[in-house]
Amino acid sequence: MSRADVDLAKSGPPPPSLVARLRDNDLVASFLSSKTTAAAGLIALILIVAGLAAPLIAPTDPFNPAANFLMDSLTPPRFVAGGDPRFLLGTDDQGRDLWSAILYGLRISLMIGAFSVLLGGAIGVALGLIAGYAGGWIDSVVMRIADVQLTFPAILIALLLDGVAHALLQKSNREETAFLVLVVAIGLSFWVQYARTVRGSTLVEKNRDYVQAARLIGLSPARIVVRHILPNVMGPVLVIATINLAIAIITEATLSFLGVGLPATEPSLGTLIRIGQNYLFSGEWWIVAFPSLGLATLVLSVNLLGDWLRDALNPRLK
Amino acid sequence: MSAALLSVRDLRVEFATRQGPLIALDGVSFDIAPGEVLGVVGESGAGKTLTGLAIIGLLDPPSRIAGGEIRLDGERIDNLSPARMRVLRGRRIGMIFQDPLTSLNPLLRIGDQLTETILTHLSLTRRQARERAIAWLGEVGIPSPAKRIDGYPHEFSGGMRQRVVIALALCAEPALIIADEPTTALDVSVQAQIIAVLKKVTRVHGAAVMLITHDMGVIAEMADRVAVMYAGRIVEIGAIGDVARRPLHPYAMGLMAAIPTLEARAGRLAQIPGTMPRLSAIPRGCAFSPRCPRVFGRCEAERPPLIAVGERRAACWLYDAQAAPAAARAENSR
Amino acid sequence: MIAFVVRRVLASIGVMIAVGLIAFAMFRYVGDPINQMVGVETSVAERAQLREELGLNDPAIVQALRFLARAARFDFGVSYQFKQPVADLIGARMPATLELAFVASILSLAAGIPMGVYSALHRDSALSRLFQALSLIGISLPTFLTGILLITLFSVVLGWLPSFGRGDVVRLGPWWTTGFLTVSGLKSLVMPATTLALFQMTLIMRLVRAEMLEVLRADYIRFARARGLSESAIHFRHALKNTLVPVITIVGLQLGSIVAFSIITETVFAWPGMGQLFLQSIQNVDIPIMAAYLLFIAFMFVTINLVVDILYVSVDPRLRASLHGMHG
Repeated sequence: MSRADVDLAKSGPPPPSLVARLRDNDLVASFLSSKTTAAAGLIALILIVAGLAAPLIAPTDPFNPAANFLMDSLTPPRFVAGGDPRFLLGTDDQGRDLWSAILYGLRISLMIGAFSVLLGGAIGVALGLIAGYAGGWIDSVVMRIADVQLTFPAILIALLLDGVAHALLQKSNREETAFLVLVVAIGLSFWVQYARTVRGSTLVEKNRDYVQAARLIGLSPARIVVRHILPNVMGPVLVIATINLAIAIITEATLSFLGVGLPATEPSLGTLIRIGQNYLFSGEWWIVAFPSLGLATLVLSVNLLGDWLRDALNPRLK
Repeated sequence: MSAALLSVRDLRVEFATRQGPLIALDGVSFDIAPGEVLGVVGESGAGKTLTGLAIIGLLDPPSRIAGGEIRLDGERIDNLSPARMRVLRGRRIGMIFQDPLTSLNPLLRIGDQLTETILTHLSLTRRQARERAIAWLGEVGIPSPAKRIDGYPHEFSGGMRQRVVIALALCAEPALIIADEPTTALDVSVQAQIIAVLKKVTRVHGAAVMLITHDMGVIAEMADRVAVMYAGRIVEIGAIGDVARRPLHPYAMGLMAAIPTLEARAGRLAQIPGTMPRLSAIPRGCAFSPRCPRVFGRCEAERPPLIAVGERRAACWLYDAQAAPAAARAENSR
Repeated sequence: MIAFVVRRVLASIGVMIAVGLIAFAMFRYVGDPINQMVGVETSVAERAQLREELGLNDPAIVQALRFLARAARFDFGVSYQFKQPVADLIGARMPATLELAFVASILSLAAGIPMGVYSALHRDSALSRLFQALSLIGISLPTFLTGILLITLFSVVLGWLPSFGRGDVVRLGPWWTTGFLTVSGLKSLVMPATTLALFQMTLIMRLVRAEMLEVLRADYIRFARARGLSESAIHFRHALKNTLVPVITIVGLQLGSIVAFSIITETVFAWPGMGQLFLQSIQNVDIPIMAAYLLFIAFMFVTINLVVDILYVSVDPRLRASLHGMHG
């Protein structure tokens, strides 16, 4: 410690306020310094709030067939000739208010995205910790499985898992289980990245002095892994999770677009776009346009945030 | 001093940062005569490498030359266009970097890297360039050069690779070589060999050398004169014999005391307490004053210029009273 | 070198066997194959007889080996929904997918590598910023949205390009139909290939840019500058070659996944390829087709991986040396 530091500690100014500390924080500084990032953050926040509050702010409930009337179907948006003041963005082929459907669709996309990232992350982190700490045949088996899974793009794994789940489940309750099936399929297709990263970090941490010491005083392996190693490997996990959230949302939308995701009765953004594509040539452009816009905005803002987080946590990657 | 090969005057290098420019080099002035070896010593971060990069025009943003001038054979080179500077690099000024393991392109044969450099600067046929490349490899002590010329860098040991690097830096026969810590990354056992090769080859071809190092042993072995740098400034410059035997600046004294000599080998190496200030926190007066054992009032208030003391010059107020103050300032500003 | 190739081939076969076992498990244990093959009116006795004929009563290991042996001869059984041999179904649709994937690969490499190199060399130019923005959009826009956007513009608004199908195809030999030789075939290819290439292109561009920036910071580049070599020699002789070595691996894998990603593109453009077939098989729980497609993708991946490994060794002298070292 230099002389100047000592002096400062003795008679320094009062500790800085929270605002000042936030301004000094590199993460926050780099966040505010980029207008794009700040805008993306704001948009992502608005979309998340809108999605969560969908049941409160949506004019109608698109999941309730009784609230929607077929005679209202294919109404153009309010601001277009022939529009109906009740439907801001028009209606789809079943007379559902598109604005409400998009809000609910956002909600579903975000929920499936978040849950599948949590599921994939939990599995990946757990397997990575176990493989890295235990080593030996457990490590080999986990990593060989990971290698084989990496052979296939995540979307294909999700499709396959989805297909297998459909085959195993009864046709009758497919609609009820669709949500869960999607979360599991997408989550399972993402665990490898976490596992590899966490395993690598665990191998390094395992040989650190503090872990050796913990082992010497007789702590159980589970306790060492959870209390001592896990907190030290969470940084990269966070970055992967943010990037994966965007990919998970895209994957869900893609599966729903392909017709193996959520059914038309509880439409996600992907489902709405699939319905809308059928009306591209007949002039009902709004059915495909607005959900597409919503989806693109959501993914773009999440991606921008992920990019920023990665750069901020790891300046070398810029 | 008009016959100087390289002449640096009041060189100032700045780093642009979010909080405004940081001054990394300030008022650096020195000359190198043709064929002379100038050693530049100092702790890491003192600005030795930056000085070398500024001379050869390879400062990377955010650092840039903010003042002063650099002349080669009397011609200003600090404000040349990138294209003209490029022609000069390799042909008139060469540079050798610290780590021979990473200085060579791993995917190209060393012969290709040599002939490519020769052909860039000299109008020779490919065959002539190759012959010359083989001759250079022989000169730096690579055994059976005609065979090894088609090898890849990974097929050579660290010491051999540094020999190749020396051949590469010299193959277009520049008049000045900037050698930045040429032996630091090498095994102790081969360091002496590399210094011997460098010394021999530069002497045979009459190249002057600016030898950057923190190793006083290397300086004593090879240099004619030595410049001691501290916190972005030269604090003392003079003939190697004088500076090594009777250093003037208190920092140089500490540094010289750190050279193990035969007589004093048993004794403990003297150390200077404290660390060099960061660029953002250089004291207002003499940068060395917080660590200086002989500090007095003026040191903390006023920055000392280089003051002539006999053949030498030192940036220290201790010598202000002994030399005539006016003469010292005149010498410095010339 | 030969020992290296043999080792890589053995590893590839290992991966194929592993995937084959997964495919077998799907075929055998996901749903009952017999129920899928016969109608509801089939009697219990007939079912038992069929079960015996198909060897479904044999020990699992025997069934698994039989499955692998048949798969090695491209015999994947009969599709539940089409009642035709799976190999024929896939074979008929393979040219469409492979032609699409081939064009998309070329497109993504031909655009992605120069864009990445340019934006690394001219970091702050307006064009680089445009590339960066495009790449972010390319990564954020789901493939199917890109396709719909293109259809809207070029089919609905402008009416220049067909929005579905392969156009007219020409038959070359018994196994191949090509769209490359007719005007309508080529026109039909434009939008699907662009759609499929866009995402890969952005990935390749980002990767090349990041690698090249890393390489440009390397000591040997600084030393090359200090020797006064020309900018073009430094960028293209010294930097690009070193950039491409690590890029080869990842790009290889990316191109492998183009075939799988074509599922989405084929759906958007009603492209009569394997991806559509696979999607139908998922919707109809047609396990033999799913299993065969899985094996096909694994085969593509393994083959590309093998080629990439060999390419890698022939580019990088350090690897060549370490291989020589390994066996004498």
